[in-house]
Formats: sequence, structure tokens, C-alpha cells
Amino acid sequence: MHRFILKRLLQFIPTVIGVTLIIFLLLNLVPGNAALSSAGRLELDPEVVAQLRKDFELDKPVIVRYVNYLGRLAQGDMGKSMLRRYDVSEVVFGRLGATLKLACAALAIALIVGIPIGFISALKQGTWLDIGLAVVSVAGVSIPQFWLGILLMYVFSYMFNILPTSGYGGGAFSNLILPALTLGVGYAALLARITRAAVIEVLAADYVRTARAKGLSALAINLRHVMRNSFVLILTTSALLFGSLMGQTVVVERVFSWPGVGSLLVESIFQRDIPVAQGCLLLIIMVFLIVNLVVDILYRVINPRIDFK
Amino acid sequence: MNMHQRILRLLRQKNLVIGGSFVAIIVLMAIFAPLIAPFDPVSDADLMRSEMRPDGTFIFGTDTHGRDVFSRVVYGARISLSVGLITQIINTFIGVSLGLLAGYWGGKTDDMIMGLTNIMLSIPVVVFALAIMASLGPGLINLYIALGLTNWSYSCRITRAQVLSAKKADYVKAAHSLGYGHIRIMFGQIMPNILGPVLVITTLGAAEAILLEAALSFLGLGAQPPTPSWGGMLSSARNQFFTAPWLSIFPGLAIFVTVLALNLFGDGLRDILDPRNKAKNVGSKPK
Repeated sequence: MHRFILKRLLQFIPTVIGVTLIIFLLLNLVPGNAALSSAGRLELDPEVVAQLRKDFELDKPVIVRYVNYLGRLAQGDMGKSMLRRYDVSEVVFGRLGATLKLACAALAIALIVGIPIGFISALKQGTWLDIGLAVVSVAGVSIPQFWLGILLMYVFSYMFNILPTSGYGGGAFSNLILPALTLGVGYAALLARITRAAVIEVLAADYVRTARAKGLSALAINLRHVMRNSFVLILTTSALLFGSLMGQTVVVERVFSWPGVGSLLVESIFQRDIPVAQGCLLLIIMVFLIVNLVVDILYRVINPRIDFK
Repeated sequence: MNMHQRILRLLRQKNLVIGGSFVAIIVLMAIFAPLIAPFDPVSDADLMRSEMRPDGTFIFGTDTHGRDVFSRVVYGARISLSVGLITQIINTFIGVSLGLLAGYWGGKTDDMIMGLTNIMLSIPVVVFALAIMASLGPGLINLYIALGLTNWSYSCRITRAQVLSAKKADYVKAAHSLGYGHIRIMFGQIMPNILGPVLVITTLGAAEAILLEAALSFLGLGAQPPTPSWGGMLSSARNQFFTAPWLSIFPGLAIFVTVLALNLFGDGLRDILDPRNKAKNVGSKPK
């Protein structure tokens, strides 16, 4: 067990280095990108441009810059904003709370709505209810999230005027409802489809047949055998979904002017503020990586049978 | 077989039929856009008829510049479908090539490719695409590149898995003993056998790419105005959706229908092509 945790932690390090390398190269290799382009747009004089180049180490080779960046990153320093010179780590981490709140609320909706729907569909496999739920969930997977957000806003904020249109509202619950629903609906649909498939697979397993043969009641079989065994699969998938969910917060935050990491990322892309964009991207990915790491280790603790190669 | 099962079976076929017909209609709409659209999507602007409600002439209404929204939605199909097609060609090419290499050669090559694939999987696709857009800047071509380079890990993994099992199959052993070269075995013998699963992934991937293009265009990173792209139209309509909701409703509906059609079509394909699923659907389930 300890060996597994240690091994998993050791695997984590190359992944993080690989991810930082890819992001760093993407944002720093393309010429005409960094300080030169932002400086060019602002029409600064050559001395200032030279100073900018020096401040942001643009005169050094990419590899040197990457190694320096990694060194600073290890100390929690993400550099300074190119435009406003603020400390990137401070601002980016300051925005993390709002994003996590949105992502967790959406995940909660997805789990609370998606799993029971998938479960019911699987148990009622082939009935009208199953068909109806299948239609709803394929629609839920296909609907563009930001469009759903706009529609929800139109109905609940404009027509009925019961929820605020956008903004953080100082953390008010009513401000969270629409963004969380917008983000959660698609994942609820996806989770319903995944749960249905997982439960159907478990239902066909030998131990379920044995339980039936023993004469256990349907309720006992469903609760003790089917539910417990399909949970492992469902939860692994949920952890994977969380990554895509963290990514989609970027779009939903933009729709609802939610002050999270995602809206900062989009702003920084438009302003070509590379250190800020880099910080936002890394933070979003790191949250996802850490969630997956924790979930992986938890499974091993809960269910020692699982064999991770 | 009872009534419900029979209907469910029909519905499974219907996934393919309904999804496929809608995809066909949208493809035809894109090809014959100049014949279908009553107005030019870009140049037929007239501020005198700005933001008119849907009526007999302008069935989806007009936008801020007085352009016909219906014509713009029709032409928008070209952008969305081209995004689906081009990104999937790039994705599939990268994924299948790497998967073939990894599965066929194994060893160090395999380790390296799978390491890269795992890193790709650990970066959410939207985030990866945003990183590429951050470096290349906004624009439709850059969006093709961003979405084409980011979503190949699934086809890579599936190809590799299929190759690993095909390698042990008799027909590949036979090809070896006939003295076929590696390239000929890879492309001539193994490749045709992995087309099915890859086709399913490609169809579902096209749906995902169209959704992502719409989302990134909505953020302002995709096709720039006045290009008629569905996501871009929604982006320009952001400030008017309380006063002129038709500007947001119709392009969004177009994205929804297209993605739904592709998802249904992909699901239908999987039901037909995946033998494991097929066995499940026949209904050998103990009662």
C-alpha cells in the first residue's frame, strides 16, 4: 500500500514537469509573441522595450528561461504580470476560490442528478422510462453550455426576474445557481450515460446472479452488490470529468462574469499577458492533476483489489 | 421479444438513421448555402432594418447590421462542419499514426508515446486549446490548429489497443511468414481492422470539436466578424440577448442540432460496430 502511494507520487513529478514544459514552450516559443508584441502595440520607445526584454528574460534562450521558471515555480513564484506588474501567484490564487466553488457546485449537481438517472435507466432497461431518459441525456450532452447559460439567464433573470443575471454578488448563493446549473447539466447527462453502462455491466456479473439465486430481495441486491460495485467505475470517471469541468469553467465564467481563474485567463489571452495566462493555465491543470492523484490513492485504500500496473 | 425491446432495438437503429439524416441535411445545407440563403450573409447589410423581429421575409430576424440571420445561420454550417472535418482529419492522423507505432513496435517507442499521451490526457482539451490560442492569437485557422492538435489521445489509445490484439492474430502472423514488410502489415493488414472503432471516435470527436469551436468563438477567439460562424454570431449578440433574443436563439439552436445529430450518429455507429455492445443488445440478459 505505501509502496503504491509512493510510486503514484513519484509518477506525479514527471507529469507535472511535462505539463509545465508543454505550456511554457507553447506560450514562449512563438516569436513576436511576448513583450515585443505588447510593447509594439503600446508604441514604447526602444529603451523601455530593452528593459522589458531584460525584466522578463526574453534575451535568454528558451531552455534557460524554462529552467529558471521551474525553479521559481517550485517556490510558488509565477512571475509578474507584463502589463500591470502585479504578482501573478497572488492574483491567480486569489481567483481560485471562486472557480473551485463553481466547479464543485456543478460537480455536485452532476452527481446528484446524473447517478440516480443512470441507475434508474439501467434497472428499468428497455422501458419507456429508459428511452425517455436516454433522449434527455443525449440532448444534455449535445447542448452548447454557454448557450444554455444564456437561455437560463433569459428565463430566470429577465422573464421571471428571480435570480441575478451575472456577477459574484459577494458570494451570494443566488448568484451561484445559474452558473452551476449551466456547467452541471451537461455533466449530469454524461454521468447518467456512464452510470447506466456501468450498472448494466455489473448487473450481468456472476456475483449478482449468485445473489439472485440465493433468493436475496431485489432491493438488497441493488443496494449491496450492484451499487457498491458500480460506484468504483462511476467515481473514477467522475474524477476524469472534473478535469474537463475545470476547463469548461472558463467559458461559463465568461458568460456570467464570474470572477474566477477562467475569466482572468481569457482577459490575459486578449491582452497577451503571457505570465498571467501561464499562471492561470497551470493552476487549472494542477487542480485537475491533484484531484486525480487523490482519487487514485483513495481507491487503492477503499478497494485494494484494483491492480494498478 | 416483447414490445419494449423491439422498440428499443428500432430506436437503436433509429439513432443511426435520425442522426445520419440530420447530418446529411446539414451537409447539404453547407454545400448549397448560396442557393438556400435568400440574402448574402456578409454584404447584405442595411442599417434601416437593424434588429428586426422574425417575420415573413427574415424568418430568423435581422442582426444589428441589418443582415438576415437565417442566411448567416445557413452559411455558418460551412464553418462548423469544416471545423469538425479538419480537426478530425488532423486528430485521427496523429492519433492513429502514433497508436500504430506504439502498438506495433512496443518497447521504448511505446513508452515514449504513451507518456506523451498521458500528459495530453492530463490537460483538459479546452485548456490546451486555450493555451495554443494564447500563443497563436485569435482566428479561425489558429482554431483549426488548436483543436486539431489537442484531442488525439483517445484514437491513439484505441488504435494501440487494437494493434496489440491484432498482432497476435493469425492473419498478421501469416503476413509475417509471407515476408510482408512492417509498413505493409501495419497499413495493409492491421489498419483496416481498426477503422470501425476509430470511425466512432472520429464522429463523436467531430461533435466535440464543433462544440469547442463554438465555445472558443463565443469567447472571441475564433472566426472574427463579419464571418458568419455560429459561435461568433452568439458572441456578437451577447449584449442584445434581452432586447433581440432571436440573435442568440437561432445560431445556438443550429449548434445544438448539429452536435446532437453527430452524437446520435456516433452512438448508432458504435452499436453496429462494437461487437461487445452488440452482444449486450441482443438481450441474453437473464430474467
